[in-house]
Amino acid sequence: MMNRQDLCARFPQLSDTVYGKRLVYLDNAATSLRPTDVVQTWTQMSLHHNANLHRAVHRTAQEATAFYEQTRDAVRDFLHAGAREEIIFTSGTTAAINLLAFSIGETFIRPGDEIIVSEAEHHSNLVPWQMLCERKGAVLKRLGVDDGGRLRLEDLPALLGERTRLLCIAHISNVLGLVNPIREITDICHARQCMVLVDGAQGILHEPVDVQALDCDFYVFSGHKMFAAPGTGVLYGKRSLLERLCPWQGGGEMIASVSWEKTSYAPLPQKFEAGTQNIAGTPTLRPAIEVLESLRPTEEQAITEYLLDWFAARNDIRLFGLPDGKTAKIPLFSIAVEGAHHEDLALILDKMGVAVRSGQMCAEPLMDRFGVSGMLRASFAPYNTIEEAEIFVQSLEKAIKMLR
Amino acid sequence: MLEDRKEAVIGEFSLFDEWLDKYEYLIELGKSLPPFPESSRTEENLIKGCQSKVWLDVQNDAGRLSFVADSDALITRGIIALLVRVYSGCTPAEIAEDDFAFLDTLGLKENLSPTRAGGLAAMVATLKRLAREQIQP
Repeated sequence: MMNRQDLCARFPQLSDTVYGKRLVYLDNAATSLRPTDVVQTWTQMSLHHNANLHRAVHRTAQEATAFYEQTRDAVRDFLHAGAREEIIFTSGTTAAINLLAFSIGETFIRPGDEIIVSEAEHHSNLVPWQMLCERKGAVLKRLGVDDGGRLRLEDLPALLGERTRLLCIAHISNVLGLVNPIREITDICHARQCMVLVDGAQGILHEPVDVQALDCDFYVFSGHKMFAAPGTGVLYGKRSLLERLCPWQGGGEMIASVSWEKTSYAPLPQKFEAGTQNIAGTPTLRPAIEVLESLRPTEEQAITEYLLDWFAARNDIRLFGLPDGKTAKIPLFSIAVEGAHHEDLALILDKMGVAVRSGQMCAEPLMDRFGVSGMLRASFAPYNTIEEAEIFVQSLEKAIKMLR
Repeated sequence: MLEDRKEAVIGEFSLFDEWLDKYEYLIELGKSLPPFPESSRTEENLIKGCQSKVWLDVQNDAGRLSFVADSDALITRGIIALLVRVYSGCTPAEIAEDDFAFLDTLGLKENLSPTRAGGLAAMVATLKRLAREQIQP
């Protein structure tokens, strides 16, 4: 772990103040802070390497294309994917899931087919599947979580039927912070010819990801939640599947040849990258990966243990997402405090310099599952320290006192 | 008078330099809000656009309006209590014509999170709608 001075040099926002107080940024599950390395790449790409990719013969276009395609290699290595053609750049997790919902829908889903979605999904990994089911007359099924927020894996075999085509699950829930047993899930699903899509929006920052070891069919994530530029994202898909999927958007680089009679599509990965790419943004994934890897080992484990102990000692605070021997937790804590509304707490913490999230966290069905109107969430990143966890705890105690 | 009540609130608010103290004041204001009549706790009186739940109802007593309100969050309760205190006793026309500029003077809008500011805007819109509905055609 770097010392605070080095961290602040890397992530200047860490040394910012709000209302005259040190900013303690604990809304990393929404978006992470951005390191200078990423901004430099972004600026360089914008100011000196700006040209449209792939087609033009001129030097600047060749350079821009090289940076862009080198980023694909870096992401392939980062995810341990088998081939660079398996890495599709998108504008984010939501775009990647919507792409898959369209292409899987058109290619594989027939009326009466089934799609399983876990109960702890972000709306972005639920609504596109609801839309697909409506469009195709398919059936949406729910894989529940227990009272501790742990996935009810034991229910999965019974949910998988002859017609189940796909299971969609977060690597790590943005509300519960629990690491789902992806490999176990893919084993169970594949034995029943069901594909598995993993929403890695939260997982990518906290867990080393090896898509071949996980054996998932698709893994998607956003750049902005792992230090890179907003409007960037990645869709990993197994080559054999991506080749069978029909394209989503048409136009630009996704074609091989076009005529009035018949248009043929470009090979992977261009087949899924219609239109002008995020020329300046996507290459920031490379420095983002490098910074992320340079931060490890982090204090995340220590922060998690410290806060789990602290919350366990408070019988007036309900913590959602309890780890057990089998299920690990990242430092992401969603809570409900007796006698203190989540929004009041967030508002007071804000004035103390502590940035947290309140509300439904884009997971309304999960709020209903636990019977709450919303939660307070503190989510830490690899650059956060134990000291910041202590400031959070002290501020939370003060805020609770103010409200009672 | 309406303007006097606004001045009083602005005066009280200006006593606090720190926003945390202003929140304390709003929390106390929220706690002092009279109990909300359960008969008014209807879907119709629930204000949409707030992250927390806010109910607002009006009574017309011979041309003078009085408001009752509630919220499940304390700071929001304080804000709606402030509106109830300033605008109860007004005629419907006074509220319909008011510009609510004193809220800007208090600095409430820019110091609330975007969702809260949206909530405040929704509260003001509801207050005005309730007043307009009381104006006899």
